[in-house]
Amino acid sequence: MQAQFPLIPEQASNFAPTVDLLMLFIVAICVFFAVAITFAVIYFFFKYERKHQTEIGVPIHGDMLLETAWIAVPLVLAMAMFAWGAVVYVDYRHSPGDTLDIYVVGKQWMWKVQQPNGLKEINEVHLPVGRDVRLIMASEDVIHDFSVPAFRVKMDVVPGHYNTMWFRPTKAGRYRLYCSQYCGTNHAIMTGWVTVMEQGDYAAWLSGAAGAEANPLVAGQKLFAARACITCHFSDGKGRAPSLNGVYDHQVLLADGKTVTADDAYIRESILQPNAKIVAGYQPLMPSFQGQLTEEQIIALTSYIKSLQNEPPPPTGAGTAPASGKK
Amino acid sequence: MHRTGELYGQFETLEQQKESAALGMWVFLATEVLFFGGLFMTYTLNRHYYGTAFGVGSNTLDLKLGGLNTVILILSSLTMAMSVWASHVGKRKATTGFLVATLILGTAFLGVKVIEYKQKFDHHLIPGYHFQIDYRAQHPSPNDDPKEIEAEKEELSKAFAKDPDLNAHAQLYFSLYFGMTGLHALHMIVGAGMLLWLIRQSMLGRFTPTYNTPVEMIGLYWHFVDIVWIYLFPLLYLIDRHQ
Amino acid sequence: MDTPTSTRSATATVYKIPEEHYLNSTYGIRSWLLTTDHKRIALLYLFSVTFFFFVGGIFATMIRIHLMTPQGFLVTPETYNKLFTMHGVAMIFFFLIPSIPAVLGNFLVPLMIGAKDLAFPKINLLSWYIYLIGGSFVLYSFATGGLDTGWTFYTPLSSIYSNSAVTPAVLGIFINGFSSILTGLNFVVTIHTMRAPGMTWFRLPLFVWAQYATSIIFILGTPVIAITLLLVGLERMFHLGFFNPALGGDPILFQHLFWFYSHPAVYIMILPAMGVISEIIPTFARKPIFGYSFIAGSSIAIAVIGFFVWAHHMFLTGESVYAALAFSFLSYLVAIPSAVKVFNWTSTLYKGSISWDTPMLYALGFIGLFLIGGLTGLFLACLGLDIHIHDTYFVVAHFHYIMVGGAVMGYLGGIHFWWPKISGRLYPEFLARVSAIILFTGFNLTFFPQFILGYLGMPRRYHSYPPEFQVLNVMSTAGASILALGYLLPMIYLVWSLKYGVVAGPNPWPATGLEWKTDSPPLTENFLVTPEVTWEAYDFETRPDLELDHIVAGKLPAPAHGDD
Repeated sequence: MQAQFPLIPEQASNFAPTVDLLMLFIVAICVFFAVAITFAVIYFFFKYERKHQTEIGVPIHGDMLLETAWIAVPLVLAMAMFAWGAVVYVDYRHSPGDTLDIYVVGKQWMWKVQQPNGLKEINEVHLPVGRDVRLIMASEDVIHDFSVPAFRVKMDVVPGHYNTMWFRPTKAGRYRLYCSQYCGTNHAIMTGWVTVMEQGDYAAWLSGAAGAEANPLVAGQKLFAARACITCHFSDGKGRAPSLNGVYDHQVLLADGKTVTADDAYIRESILQPNAKIVAGYQPLMPSFQGQLTEEQIIALTSYIKSLQNEPPPPTGAGTAPASGKK
Repeated sequence: MHRTGELYGQFETLEQQKESAALGMWVFLATEVLFFGGLFMTYTLNRHYYGTAFGVGSNTLDLKLGGLNTVILILSSLTMAMSVWASHVGKRKATTGFLVATLILGTAFLGVKVIEYKQKFDHHLIPGYHFQIDYRAQHPSPNDDPKEIEAEKEELSKAFAKDPDLNAHAQLYFSLYFGMTGLHALHMIVGAGMLLWLIRQSMLGRFTPTYNTPVEMIGLYWHFVDIVWIYLFPLLYLIDRHQ
Repeated sequence: MDTPTSTRSATATVYKIPEEHYLNSTYGIRSWLLTTDHKRIALLYLFSVTFFFFVGGIFATMIRIHLMTPQGFLVTPETYNKLFTMHGVAMIFFFLIPSIPAVLGNFLVPLMIGAKDLAFPKINLLSWYIYLIGGSFVLYSFATGGLDTGWTFYTPLSSIYSNSAVTPAVLGIFINGFSSILTGLNFVVTIHTMRAPGMTWFRLPLFVWAQYATSIIFILGTPVIAITLLLVGLERMFHLGFFNPALGGDPILFQHLFWFYSHPAVYIMILPAMGVISEIIPTFARKPIFGYSFIAGSSIAIAVIGFFVWAHHMFLTGESVYAALAFSFLSYLVAIPSAVKVFNWTSTLYKGSISWDTPMLYALGFIGLFLIGGLTGLFLACLGLDIHIHDTYFVVAHFHYIMVGGAVMGYLGGIHFWWPKISGRLYPEFLARVSAIILFTGFNLTFFPQFILGYLGMPRRYHSYPPEFQVLNVMSTAGASILALGYLLPMIYLVWSLKYGVVAGPNPWPATGLEWKTDSPPLTENFLVTPEVTWEAYDFETRPDLELDHIVAGKLPAPAHGDD
């Protein structure tokens, strides 16, 4: 019956069973009240049908107890629905630690996807079963929305900043991907497929198919030299700029005394608006690369800098906050 | 057609008519607060993000002219309040006189705004294709004080170092400058129109101690427009002026 | 009321249309186009909003026909995108928002409070002209390239990328906003200062409370959408940067400013309909409303809390998690007053003396459909669920249940209820009941499948869709054809009744409001003598003037049990 006339999509992620259960909970509450009110209305309608022309109803003006009851009970139920939904959402908005990071760029009217080893896909995402996946997404033009109903997840893709979302695929298969924020003429055909494979198959696919072409690490490393980043960001920390070893995802101490986590957004901001946050002990010397790098190039550089996160930071010129550690 | 001062058909008493007019004007002013509010919200956010550019933009505004306009408007609120008082005590000539004074002051305000807007036009500070925040610094006119130009050049180079996108962000500032002062000026023009009507009615002797509702209501409107300027002036003119 | 225009017989009173009333007191097109009579202005609005209802309805018909096949066969993608945008703009800004306030509110508020007119009759007329001007700009936009941004005008699509006639459209909606603001201002002042002696706040009909609450939203919310759309227009014309990330702007700022109005706007659309239901149910149950002060208070509560929930439209934009939590919480809070109303309406039926007249059928239909629409709001307010159903057909179904199943049913119920007062005549009862049932059935068939479509993942605003969604889409279109019939029938028989309907007399139901103490149709000045109110609202007990045994020829006979 589900196959013939489905009422819900397949459950293919860690969120799907919870979301469906939450849905059923709310359905139960709604059905209860809908049936109760409908029954009451129909029952009263027949029981109190006017019997003769001059009949009037019994003037009952109200009842404080009833009013209190039907404010308090819905309020409690509402809070329950809110709380459960909030728990799921807070979990959803905080990506876990060790995720497989996939970069997604939305543009009119296609999805450009980049796997961790640089492999590019268009309107397709291949993923391994059972691993936490984080999508880091930006838009090149208008607002889009990356939506996979089988996973019960979606997130807007906004020009001007990154949005991230995470989930863990739990079942191999092929699932529909939609754009879920109206974005112009071909919004309806900005769709694709998410293919979830067993972990071994995924690894094979990743290295096999068109292997390491346009590997962002390599591209990023090349850019790092070509754009002269290397002339200041010495890895031994003795340059005019902090070493980037061990920086990614660690705390950075700023000149104004604040500390900040060097995540993707921080790296992007440092490239485009270097004077927004100055690392303690350094001068505001870095030029801005606004308008000189595409989103993909920024992603490549970020990949490269990320690859340095396990390199040992130099004793001085580390660019990280003293009591450093993963966030 | 009803002549001013008579009881309109839908009301029972003059008292009710006056109460309705007053409540109506206050409710209308509430809508105006929300109307300007959207712009103030946009201003707040953008100033938070782009403080440097807002400082630079603010410094291009002529503080003397802005200050003068502030004084003019406050004075005009005084003359408006005086005309309301005069109408309360039945002094017809004084009512008319104070209304005329208010109108003259309001027109002076608008005249100063025209001068300011022209300055912005000359310095390529109107948002659009020709917007260039450092146009004046690059192309000073013979009348410009060289020391001022030097100071501006230095300020700009510091600002550009902090914010490479200074031009774009300064354009945001000026969009808000023209948007907010333009909307305000539009309200002043409408106010001036209403003052003209009031002056005519006052000259015809329509306002008495028992009936001066239009003077009071338009007075309320005028005071509101004045208060909006009191907020606009520091927010637009007085950023980063402490040096 | 005891005019010489009736003769009483043993079983029925036959009434005649009064000699002079607001429709015939003056003649000529100028007397209508320059009228300051709130009742004539209400009728001017009735024609205009009905026109826009047709415009929006035609677009909806084309959408549903197009969606019968997965590839969409009727129109191109560009045209489809314009169809749903223009359907939204026409229906929301030019039909739903003005409908009950500008038609029924304008007609009834002065009558209900015992006044001769609104506080500012000329401003009332000005409101209508402003509405027409705004509407003209929007129609111009439709005719010269159309509009394809969605009625929500999200940036940067609307401010930069769209090639459609955005600027005239936003100008038109901007102008139309002032029509709303002035109407709201008029109502607030009128209700405060022009109540007849004895008409205290808590004796007011609940319809008036509903209009008051709606007017608060008109006044405080509309100016914000005005300035927001103005900014979009300016951004398009002068390439400013407020919503353009390349120039330092923020597209999400637009969404905050837009929804700050547009969420309270949905309460503008439903509160008046709730006010209508609060009038109909006591009348046809012949007893006071249960929990008067709670219904009055809940209207105000909805208006106020409704201003604090806007970002529940933005849960997935990347907004702060704390903000999302706050807005979800508040969105649940705003559901409570609506629930209170439904419980109170239901309780009013208890021990009532209920008759099945058409307005009552509309009220019942409203309760059923609003129940489903409102309850499905609980799904959307739920953060964890919204991740899945945001921007899907679930949302489309939800808001159509409320706006069409709720607001339009309330509007039509009100039109039927007050038709005798407006026109002096009764509509044909049997046909009207049949139409109400057709509407209810067609509506459910059209929109219930869309809840399922939404949970299955079908996104909104899609001109083509995967084939597995076709069955539900075809069901929805089939329902829409029935719905269309349900709308066409009243238009036909209401016009028919103007000439051939039974003359109603002052109070055919009878109902207890002050408006029913005037002739049908009323005089231009409503009351020759200002009434003095000494009775509570919906008081059937102590009103000897009510003709409870009024049997009007043409009504269905009373049920044949009991005495009489």
